[in-house]
Amino acid sequence: MTSLKPVLSKHWNETDSFTIAGYQRNGGYEGMKKALALEPDAVIASVKDSGLRGRGGAGFPTGMKWSFIPQGDGKPHYLVVNADESEPGTCKDMPLLLANPHSLVEGMIIASYAIRANHAFVYIRGEVTHVIRRMQQAVADAYAAGYLGKNINGKGYDLDLIVHVGAGAYICGEETALLDSLEGFRGQPRLRPPFPAIAGLYACPTVVNNVESIASVPSIFTHGVEWFQSMGTEKSKGFTLYSLSGHVKRPGQYEAPLGITLRELLDMSGGIREGHTIKFWTPGGSSTPIFTSEHLDVPLDYEGVGAAGSMLGTKALQIFDETTCVVRAVLRWTEFYKHESCGKCTPCREGTWWLVQILKDLENGVGKAEDLDKLLDLCDNILGRSFCALGDGATSPITSSIHYFRDEYLAHLSAGKCPFDPVASTLFVGASA
Amino acid sequence: MKDEALLAQMDSIIARYPKSRSAIMPLLHLVQASEGFVTPEGVELVAKKLDLATAEVAAVATFYSQYKRRPVGDYHVGVCTNTLCAVMGGDAIFSGLKDHLGIGNDERTSDGKVSLEHIECNAACDYAPVVMVNWEFFDNQTVESAKELVDKLRSGNPPAPTRGPNTLPTWKENSAVLAGISDGRANEGVQAGPASLAGLEIAHERGEA
Repeated sequence: MTSLKPVLSKHWNETDSFTIAGYQRNGGYEGMKKALALEPDAVIASVKDSGLRGRGGAGFPTGMKWSFIPQGDGKPHYLVVNADESEPGTCKDMPLLLANPHSLVEGMIIASYAIRANHAFVYIRGEVTHVIRRMQQAVADAYAAGYLGKNINGKGYDLDLIVHVGAGAYICGEETALLDSLEGFRGQPRLRPPFPAIAGLYACPTVVNNVESIASVPSIFTHGVEWFQSMGTEKSKGFTLYSLSGHVKRPGQYEAPLGITLRELLDMSGGIREGHTIKFWTPGGSSTPIFTSEHLDVPLDYEGVGAAGSMLGTKALQIFDETTCVVRAVLRWTEFYKHESCGKCTPCREGTWWLVQILKDLENGVGKAEDLDKLLDLCDNILGRSFCALGDGATSPITSSIHYFRDEYLAHLSAGKCPFDPVASTLFVGASA
Repeated sequence: MKDEALLAQMDSIIARYPKSRSAIMPLLHLVQASEGFVTPEGVELVAKKLDLATAEVAAVATFYSQYKRRPVGDYHVGVCTNTLCAVMGGDAIFSGLKDHLGIGNDERTSDGKVSLEHIECNAACDYAPVVMVNWEFFDNQTVESAKELVDKLRSGNPPAPTRGPNTLPTWKENSAVLAGISDGRANEGVQAGPASLAGLEIAHERGEA
């Protein structure tokens, strides 16, 4: 039985948790002081040893990513934090930055010092004004405290931190599209290699990390590598934020060691809404293949979810009960991918367009049974053939839903319409609305 | 729109970046703070400031959905209709608001007060269904609460966001914040909403925090 383990969220219930005073009262910036007393390579080694892996979806080891930055190359190095949180279902980084932006600032100082960067950027999606205010204020307060700017904490290290605000483009969560956007271009992905570690921002060595990954770094230095390693599973160390949403009694953020199961999370949070049962769910956002009630005991770590045929992703646990039409859900996600496709490559740009047309017909009960095979064939031609992971992600809900719910697709055809009442799935069913 | 204050703000934004072209996005937000949307004059001014062709600036401005090419309302209302919010009531809210306001997607009321848009996932799924006004959170909406919200916006009594400043800023005011111009309101509002604290509260009940 896995317990909850609030670390990043530990002080979110304190009304001044987002201020520098509140953060420092609870030990904030102590990790930075310990890290800055080490050589940069020793900082990288500690993060490597901790086993911290990327919390943005891919799960790449954070310390290893930092170690790829060539040293002594005479070029500027950059840290870029991806705060473009837009993956459907994903809602962890925004509450984190609203309640505790200094954990990110502190992590960014440590990471920048480790990779020898004197400029760091945080790229925040533009649709969250108050989160942006909190981040801007945290950076200003960190400058005033001498934690940013020249000669940080008297250690002879200089760092400027720039808060950059996006303007509504999911694709900018893809790291190379994010870099193009930050350079002032349309946000479209770049061909890799070269990887950002070699040619990233302004063609210089760049580390791109997710908010939660970097915000987790200070704790490694405050509490120690062993402390971090003591949580989680063999290859998925540490704690993380699980975001529970949808038809559950108590949606919200649940911080726990990696490897907790959805059954455990539901048991402790009151379960599915009264009188209903779970039908399907995403382990980590809409780009991760869906799961069903068969998967409640899958350990929610990188290996466990992968072995069960999906991806841990962003740990965005979107829960849908039996009132939800899976075809409608998948159609809506597919419309999202079509809208957000940047248009650079043909499989994604044209493919998502066709997927929407076919899914619309199926949802409306005017499609044909062969359309399911056509959908799968289209997905086969998008997955692995698109320029970036957006196209791959677009196929996940379709192929996984046909795998688990083929009969429900067919029921639309025999009924000649969607057999579900959309009102039944709303939260205000039964109300006068 | 070439007053000295605006030009000085543009210079200060450009100075933040190692390379000037990186300032294009905040400058476009600043154009919206001044003009309400990205005007042709705004595009020209940004191009001049960054030593770019107007076509290069227009190419960027038209890529991102937050840059508007025609005026929006003082209060721009976004209803999340991505899957989770849609299923839980976002679709009903959006169609209810369209009927109530008599406008369609991406349109503005004749008094210029309110515009309406269906938006994609806004990273607040644990507060579904979500409505944003000028990109401030209005969590846990119903069809009725959303209608009441837009009525108040139109009558000049905008309610405070659920997780945001104590009063609701206008579209132009918030566009300035997105451009990186502080309004000094970061300390207003809650540090976290109820859903953000759900796990922490349960951890306390279970003696795990």
